[in-house]
Amino acid sequence: MTDRAFDDIPGTLLFDGKRSRLGYHLNMFCMSLLHADNRAAFKHDEDAYLARFPLLTAEQRAAIRGRRWNEMLQLGGNVYYTAKLAATDGLPVASMSAAMAGLPPEDYVRMMVGGGRSPAWTGR
Amino acid sequence: MSAAHIFAGIGASHVPAIGAALDLGKASEPYWAPLFAGFAPTREWIAREKPDALILVYNDHASAFSLEVIPTFALGCAAEFAPADEGWGPRKVPVVKGDPALAWHLAEALILDEFDMTIVNKMDVDHGLTVPLSLLFGQVDAWPCTVVPLAVNVIQYPPPTGKRCYALGKAIRRAVASFPEARKIAIVGTGGLSHQLQGPRAGLINRDWDARFLDGLTADPEALSRIPHLDYVREAGSEGIEMVMWLIMRGALEEQVDELYRFYHVPASSTAVGHIVLVNRAGSP
Repeated sequence: MTDRAFDDIPGTLLFDGKRSRLGYHLNMFCMSLLHADNRAAFKHDEDAYLARFPLLTAEQRAAIRGRRWNEMLQLGGNVYYTAKLAATDGLPVASMSAAMAGLPPEDYVRMMVGGGRSPAWTGR
Repeated sequence: MSAAHIFAGIGASHVPAIGAALDLGKASEPYWAPLFAGFAPTREWIAREKPDALILVYNDHASAFSLEVIPTFALGCAAEFAPADEGWGPRKVPVVKGDPALAWHLAEALILDEFDMTIVNKMDVDHGLTVPLSLLFGQVDAWPCTVVPLAVNVIQYPPPTGKRCYALGKAIRRAVASFPEARKIAIVGTGGLSHQLQGPRAGLINRDWDARFLDGLTADPEALSRIPHLDYVREAGSEGIEMVMWLIMRGALEEQVDELYRFYHVPASSTAVGHIVLVNRAGSP
């Protein structure tokens, strides 16, 4: 992931083929949470449930357990998949986005109501 | 004019939180009221126009499809489509009635016209499809018309180009013209406008970009169709690339259109909500 034309866009990961390959099992774990019985099993014992996905890497497993949303994306996650993990936690998508932006949810909402993040933002 | 014809194109965002606000009775709260008020003129207009069918261009958000199968263009040909469980139970909205005769005609005509559609006979539909229906028709016991879902991949990079989407729209117009049954059809392009849900840049909104995009739908859609993918991602956010789906809607209209209505509102959750109604210019075929 070093030589593509989109790598310079600040604070943004594009879900291209390389990331999709890297994150296949992470995303398919998230996909499994669309089923109510799987959500219940995951909530009951997260490690036992994650053991059903033997091809997850140790890094992916730890990022999931820690709900480290940006790290999940760096490890091949896609936001529409990780949103299913957030939903399982009862977390609105906007709160997940806020966490990735490094803002408390109420500050994120305030930024959005104020017109959102400027396109001139460079990540400082 | 043939028996079947597309009389109007509608663009509308499809933010899931809009559906949740409506379903949970929050539509009159100060945060949401301006948004729903902005769609009221269109609800009145479409109630008068009474289309028989919608062709609804949207994207599935890992609900019916996952990374197992990623169709670029998938046409729903089933008799009905159930609202999907997206992790908190399906939305309590009516089952969507399909239009198999029209959908199969489109599939055959488009494939023979060299647009290689994926044919789908079983598919649940998520907020990408049901939120625009709620915005157009409100809370109803049954949707007032049939729907042909056209699901476009905009999640796995690369989505189809704007140029390809615009050309597909034109092919849809040709295909509808050869359908032998009577149908008054509106085509709906959904998604966008500028937004980014992910990463440290989450929350990006670009009003100027959005305004130029809405202007261009009437003024110069050919120019819009030449915007490269990365310009959307760079300028309108990683999820802003959904806007290519509006170009399918625009391509399916006549070259000359009139803008009947426009509405723009920030925010719904993380998104700039855009809405436009376009009709073929009086006197166009």
